[in-house]
Amino acid sequence: MKIIVLMKQTFDTEEKVEITNGMIEEHGAKFVINPYDEYALEEALRIKEQNGAEVIAITVGPERSSVALRTGLALGIDQAIMICDAEHGDHSYRIAALLAEVIKPLKPDLILAGLFAVDSGSGSVALQVAQLLQLPHASAAVKLRLGTAEELLIEDAPWSGTLALVDRDVEGDVETVVIPLPAVVTAQQGLNDPRYPSLPGIMKAKKKAIIERYPSELLAEVNQDDLSSSLTVRTALFPPSPRSAGKRLSGDGSQQTKQLLHSLIEANIIQRGGN
Amino acid sequence: MGTSILIIAELKGSTLRRVTLEALGVAAALLHERSGDIACFLAGSNKADLELASKELARHGAHHVYVASGEAHQPIQALTSLPPILSIIKELKPQYIIAGHTAYGRELAPRLAAELKAGYIADIISMEEFEGQLQFTRPIYAGKAFETRTFHGTSPHLLTIRPNNFAPASVADDVEQANVEPIFITEEAATPLPSIVKNVVQRMSSSIDLTEAEIVVAGGRGVRGSDGFKLLQALADELGGAVGASRAACDAGYCDYSLQIGQTGKVVTPQLYIACGISGAIQHLAGMSQSRTIVAINKDPDAPIFSIADYGIVGDLFEVVPLLTAELKALHQ
Repeated sequence: MKIIVLMKQTFDTEEKVEITNGMIEEHGAKFVINPYDEYALEEALRIKEQNGAEVIAITVGPERSSVALRTGLALGIDQAIMICDAEHGDHSYRIAALLAEVIKPLKPDLILAGLFAVDSGSGSVALQVAQLLQLPHASAAVKLRLGTAEELLIEDAPWSGTLALVDRDVEGDVETVVIPLPAVVTAQQGLNDPRYPSLPGIMKAKKKAIIERYPSELLAEVNQDDLSSSLTVRTALFPPSPRSAGKRLSGDGSQQTKQLLHSLIEANIIQRGGN
Repeated sequence: MGTSILIIAELKGSTLRRVTLEALGVAAALLHERSGDIACFLAGSNKADLELASKELARHGAHHVYVASGEAHQPIQALTSLPPILSIIKELKPQYIIAGHTAYGRELAPRLAAELKAGYIADIISMEEFEGQLQFTRPIYAGKAFETRTFHGTSPHLLTIRPNNFAPASVADDVEQANVEPIFITEEAATPLPSIVKNVVQRMSSSIDLTEAEIVVAGGRGVRGSDGFKLLQALADELGGAVGASRAACDAGYCDYSLQIGQTGKVVTPQLYIACGISGAIQHLAGMSQSRTIVAINKDPDAPIFSIADYGIVGDLFEVVPLLTAELKALHQ
């Protein structure tokens, strides 16, 4: 089995986000593997350990993104591919097209990715890749099992070969879907508990090669009109409007409660007669 | 030719989701004084529900309602909705396609974007015209920053809207409007990509989705366990809201990760956010600080949550929350 993991290196949003001159301040910032992609990566490594698989991680981004791949190598992926494209981080169609070009000849059985990236937050690229490659998908997976219909105890599957049985989070409910491989599965929080790289792993990863690919070769096959028609542009970037503390309600619990409800009704936030 | 806008409508259970009516509001604003048509796509399995929902869409300004009906659309799935939507787009050539930024919408929009080679701006919370150009604002970095974007390419343009941020379309008093008959799609569209839904386990005790709820009652470590969350649920039920949680509460196993608000997890912007036993770590604030009104209930008078709360109650949530529920019950009788 061949598994591809789509990874993005993101700004560590656990840290404070500073804006200088209309740009996110990257100087001194910490970069991490997008937390949702970590679940995808961990799942690929578990499948490899249980059933044997070749795991290839691919990332698109500036030079610094190779650090994320290096971490992947330390964790046990077999191959790392870096698409060097520094300038177009928010052009999701372009990124999906680049990834699709690299993935197509590799003919993977499974593509794993995070549900969304915590920086741009659109959750768009993985599903665009699925559409470009005409693969089915299951998104927001919280449990993934692979096997034949027989192994997965699915009686009425119309497909032969390996299937993915996926429990997915749909706004809090759990929906179980079956899709035949090859397919794309995106990872939701709760899918697994990602591991940390070991020191020997980190040492070994330093010697491993990262394959570099370039848009100039990959986009030769892509229609330039499609790239321009899908473009959206950022015109402003700003911090959230600040909030200040309001009033503390005084008295005992019962008095505080009454004051609060009175204020909320006054402000028309809740209604006296029920909602 | 006028402007044409396609709304991807969505049912939850047997009724239209509020975010669909909000999308119709956005469509009306996009049309503004221009001539043009608003079409809706709606999928589902119950014909009676679909007909009722179509009327509702028409009452809120839809000129045409295209309906995909059948067992394949139970429950609604992005993969099964995609072929009929693509054939409608081919026919209508809409300038804008708008969906809610819901589980369904956020799966559909990227696939449509890739297929149509269209620009896609996700999860917008506002829009405004500036120097003749439409600018769309959306949160990034888990709500720690905001960006505005514009479409730079040719139409169609894809938008998903964050629930609770746009006013729903007003009800049209036009009689003609109310007579819009749903168009049931009978023509076989292309075969969808393979996928079967085996089972759906409903785990949300309330029917109100967290991201769509106008009122959210959220609990943190201070709630101390799943029993504490039952108190919050009772308050949420009384308010017609939904229950959420901080990461600390999810990590401690008091409640499901699907309730998590913040950094990782959901970003919510309700009218009223009641934080119970939540200290207010920056990661949590990112997910809720844009709520219109924030109430904080916490024993610790120095909890950071108080610095952003409109109303602060320093007190024991195990006393205050049941009191609130009881007072509301009395009010509602």
